[in-house]
Amino acid sequence: MPEGTLCNKQPVDTEEQLKALLADKGGQIYYEEMKHLDVDVEMLRQTLGKSLKSRLRTWLSMCARCGMCADSCFFYRINDRDPKQVPAYKIQSTLGEIVRKNGNVDNAFMHMAMETAWAKCTCCNRCAMYCPHGIDVGVMISYLRGLLYQQGFVPWEMKVGAGMHRVYRAQMDVTPEDFVDTFEWMVEEYEEDYPGLNVPVDKDDADILYTVNAREVKHYPEDLAEAAILFNIAGENWTVPSKGWELTSLAMFAGDWEACRLQVESVYDAMDRLKPKRMVGTECGHAHRATVVEGPYWAGRPDGLPPVESIHYVEWVAEALRTGKLKIDPEKRIKEPVTIQDSCNYIRNHGLRDVTREIMSYIVEPGYFIDMAPNGEHNYCCGGGGGFNGIGLYRPQRNKALITKRDQIMHTGASLVIAPCHNCWDAIRDLEEEYQIGIRWSFLKPLLIDMVVVPEHMKPKE
Amino acid sequence: MHAFLTGPMFYISIAVLVIGLLVRVVRYIRGLDWKLDRVAYRAHRKAGMKGAARSIFKWLVPFGTRSWRVQPVMTVVFFVFHIGVVAVPLFLLAHNMFLEEKLGFSFFTLPALAADILSWGVLAALLILVLRRIALPEVRILTTFHDYFILALTAAPFVTGLICRYDPANYDFWLLIHIAAGELLLILIPFTKLSHVVTFFLSRAQIGMDFGIKRGGMKGKGMAW
Ligand code: HEM
Ligand code: SF4
Ligand code: SF4
Ligand code: SF4
Repeated sequence: MPEGTLCNKQPVDTEEQLKALLADKGGQIYYEEMKHLDVDVEMLRQTLGKSLKSRLRTWLSMCARCGMCADSCFFYRINDRDPKQVPAYKIQSTLGEIVRKNGNVDNAFMHMAMETAWAKCTCCNRCAMYCPHGIDVGVMISYLRGLLYQQGFVPWEMKVGAGMHRVYRAQMDVTPEDFVDTFEWMVEEYEEDYPGLNVPVDKDDADILYTVNAREVKHYPEDLAEAAILFNIAGENWTVPSKGWELTSLAMFAGDWEACRLQVESVYDAMDRLKPKRMVGTECGHAHRATVVEGPYWAGRPDGLPPVESIHYVEWVAEALRTGKLKIDPEKRIKEPVTIQDSCNYIRNHGLRDVTREIMSYIVEPGYFIDMAPNGEHNYCCGGGGGFNGIGLYRPQRNKALITKRDQIMHTGASLVIAPCHNCWDAIRDLEEEYQIGIRWSFLKPLLIDMVVVPEHMKPKE
Repeated sequence: MHAFLTGPMFYISIAVLVIGLLVRVVRYIRGLDWKLDRVAYRAHRKAGMKGAARSIFKWLVPFGTRSWRVQPVMTVVFFVFHIGVVAVPLFLLAHNMFLEEKLGFSFFTLPALAADILSWGVLAALLILVLRRIALPEVRILTTFHDYFILALTAAPFVTGLICRYDPANYDFWLLIHIAAGELLLILIPFTKLSHVVTFFLSRAQIGMDFGIKRGGMKGKGMAW
């Protein structure tokens, strides 16, 4: 059975394996090997038997094939209403076929299924809101990804990402030391401007345990400093864990459920160890989904909740503004047409629509906030979710998929797009690069820093 | 023949329908798995019930969801079809008299004119559903033989029933065909996609619990279907 040296059914569990995979830039050898990878039909059957239960089976068989989900999917709309982009078709032609053939599928089929699972669906779950039977194709595509991952048919970056979580408990090669050092270094950098600024590491019984996205540590360290500044201004009793600080999960995008469990347990362990009152996660959508919404189930928690109450950054900001912990200087509110990207992962899939609107009411001068259409739970994916942003093989498809969001933004006439989600932020940056519509985009933190009232004791002494 | 169809065969059809659907319901519920589905059904019963109720109710109301509102033609066709397909068999005078005689109970009875309108509505809607499957590429690509089969299966009792009504000369013959078609439909409901008469409620309840318990129901105001 031709298992490749890089492309195979084995997850990446060691640093050496990870380095070997990374050395194959862009996965050239990896994808070449995939062309010869066998399908383990017996394993596929067993997995179906164990994990495909009434909810998914019923969805597959009861689908009325009515096509009411077609228009709900931005891929369908943007690809000239290609019938092959209808959500029901995407799942019936992949998972549906696997079930009907009882796992008897070949290499070519798996290549097609891989492209469908990662380049034709971002698991945004919008179609679930439009199907009269309540069939959630996004959930099924995610399940399909798990099957494909197990068989080794997974985009190179996804295999790398899942491997990162297995090896480092982070989506990038950032160690606990790197994390703590970077955070402390950034805080020092800003200490002159904000006397007394500090980052308490591994403090017991804090009110807030703060968790981040490894990309912030590696590529946007100012984000860490901004978080520290805002917590300090708000007078919060907060801390970061030296271990278990990674909120994200590329393993979820990859369909590597075992790595998902390992990753989320590292965060829950930090909660058990430090006993904070609450966890606040950074401005990331899928990370919130992974650690707060899906994570408890990977970790086998019967109440479906993390060990301590866990909230998204937008919830903390809204609360801090509401309670006056953060005060906005009215002079400095946003006075240009501005809109907000509703991240599927915590708006549609975690009910936080009103929370972000509440924030807008504090930070935007009345009359300048314009909602996209549609918005809230019905908003379209930014175009780069579910891992799509990061997969080189599917870059052309991704760039096309950005058109939905581009047009939605252009219709608002906004010059600033607030994107409190790393994936959405990236997608909006890329769409500006690709299509040059003249917008700026931002997380909440830098905007807040510019307009928040700094208490006397945190002002630099002349 | 008439005696057989209205006698043993009638009871058999009802039994197959009821038992078949019951088995469907029991198997569905027993196959739910909080860990695989990633929904803590037991831990949050109240939030789950609320989510389930909203999820079913909103979709039973014409234009009650955004999906119904943005596809108004489909919505009208769907409701005309389904109101007729549920109401006519249950509330037709002739059916009620038959039920009274066989099972000892009957339902409220529709006025004849209403029954006529609903029946013609069902057939018109069925025709549109067929044309839609042929004309729209996004529906054509999904359509299989089974879809036409269940449309035909549903149409048969209505077509034959209307013939009985308008062709008294061959009444006895068409009545036999009508009863046979109706009983065939009842028997096949549990074994085809028509089992959605129960799975619709199960599936909608499940997704309602998913959103109600896990995906925001305990945070926001409930899913904005
Ligand atoms: C008891 C309540 C029922 C509910 C809630 C219900 C609900 C639905 C839903 C949500 C759909 C999918 C949307 C669509 O294709 O239009 C559907 C389709 C369908 N239903 Fe029902 N249904 C019910 C009863 C029935 C009955 C009694 C029949 C026939 C005997 C029937 C026949 C059909 C057919 C043939 C379709 C497919 C239409 C198409 O080809 O697009 N339904 N139903
Ligand atoms: S809307 Fe639902 S039932 Fe209709 S085709 Fe799509 S998935 Fe199937
Ligand atoms: S989950 Fe989103 S991207 Fe995937 S099929 Fe549904 S609407 Fe399309
Ligand atoms: S990247 Fe943002 S908009 Fe896209 S699927 Fe994820 S949360 Fe949704």
